[in-house]
Amino acid sequence: MGAIAGAWQWLTTAANWAGEKGAWHRLAEHLWLSGVCLALACLIALPVALWLGHLGKGGALAVSLSNVGRAVPTFAVLVLLTLSPLGRHGDWPTVIALVLFAVPPLLTNAYLGMREADRDVVEAARGMGMSGPQLLLRVEIPLAYPLIMTGLRSATVQVVATATLAALAGGGGLGRIITAGFGNYDTAQVVAGALLVAVLALAVEGTLVLAERLLDPMRGRRRAARSASGPRTTSRRAPARTDASGPELIRTD
Amino acid sequence: MSGHAAGPSCLETNDWICGEYLRTRSQELTDATVQHLGITAVSVLIGLLIAFPLALLARSRRGAAGPVLGLTTVLYTVPSLAMFALLTPVFGVSAAVVVTGLVLYSLTILVRNILAGLQAVPAEVREAARGMGYGPARLLLEVELPLALPALVAGVRIATVSTVAMTTIGSVVGYGGLGNLIASGMEGFFKAEVLTASVLCVLLALLADLLLMLLQRLLTPWTRAQARGAARARRGARVARAAG
Repeated sequence: MGAIAGAWQWLTTAANWAGEKGAWHRLAEHLWLSGVCLALACLIALPVALWLGHLGKGGALAVSLSNVGRAVPTFAVLVLLTLSPLGRHGDWPTVIALVLFAVPPLLTNAYLGMREADRDVVEAARGMGMSGPQLLLRVEIPLAYPLIMTGLRSATVQVVATATLAALAGGGGLGRIITAGFGNYDTAQVVAGALLVAVLALAVEGTLVLAERLLDPMRGRRRAARSASGPRTTSRRAPARTDASGPELIRTD
Repeated sequence: MSGHAAGPSCLETNDWICGEYLRTRSQELTDATVQHLGITAVSVLIGLLIAFPLALLARSRRGAAGPVLGLTTVLYTVPSLAMFALLTPVFGVSAAVVVTGLVLYSLTILVRNILAGLQAVPAEVREAARGMGYGPARLLLEVELPLALPALVAGVRIATVSTVAMTTIGSVVGYGGLGNLIASGMEGFFKAEVLTASVLCVLLALLADLLLMLLQRLLTPWTRAQARGAARARRGARVARAAG
């Protein structure tokens, strides 16, 4: 319990929050780094996944991509990039590592979402005379939305965790508070930093779950559609992370 | 490598690939690999021992499934560095910190997979076994468990690969197996050490995955005859219904 009290004292000391090495600055670094990398990863992964899904091609690539990353430790990638010539260019090793680990969940889930959109509905829309872009925007993306968001959530969890590790390779972010604490044998600071990281990760996850519900293009309609069309649709709407064979997030950090 | 006997050795030029490093530090590499394997194996085994009763609990009581799955998912959201840091005051700087953290992570994957496997056992099979006079314990051990084995091993494979990768972070408390070498290589800007340890890490994960796959084939010879696609689709549907 001494550690909890010590961490509380650390967290309630104003001096620990101020300045270049303070918690506010580390939090800002963490959020900025995570946000930029997530946006970059989305810009790379989503257009590719939606396009491949719309054409129905490249499935093997999209699915195997998520399997390749599983065996590679995030820490190793971060350190390898830091020691490479890229390491002389500030934050680039961290940014590249974060994007590398965020792309596979986004790509795989969005692709699967597009492919598993009810083919009957897509065919019906095509029969109604919808053009390719109309089909994509008004039928396929709304139907693929749950899996796209699952991918986004997985990628975000991954990015926030990887950004924490950046501290081990000399980068910024909240992880720096933890590594500095280990360096000084300051358990209170270690625990305080860990609490901040854990709260941030959970808050981000919670925000995304909420946003997922609020932004759902078929809000309110999905449930009705599901119960009307029977068990087949239910199985297609399976949240990927609960399915043993689905593209669930596998942490390597 | 040995062709340039007169030139500077690859250790002096700090090459990424260095045979001399492998020769001179083989003991260090072996020790790190053994520690890595030990931490991974102990974590996954303890994870399995805890996950099994949790999955049974989640299955037998409707009210328990939500909290059990929810809690393990929340644990999975916490970054590993923070997890190890939070466990340090509990266990001190020791291997127990790393093992406990890794056990908690493996629970998420293992509980889900065991639960999915048990729920995928066809109701008719269960009924038939009951009709033949099987009690609950015998039903579980002789009928349900063998049928759930493919899903269980699939979970163990994912958990193992993930655990091999995450063990590297244990280097923050000095018990990271090959991660220790990656960390010390980073501090000393020693490229060969970092690359060798990283490659060994990936090889360990792939090797463990392969061995577990072979183990599953040995344990469940009947699955090879079945149409795999059909079984997987059925499992997916049942999991979805249970989770939805």
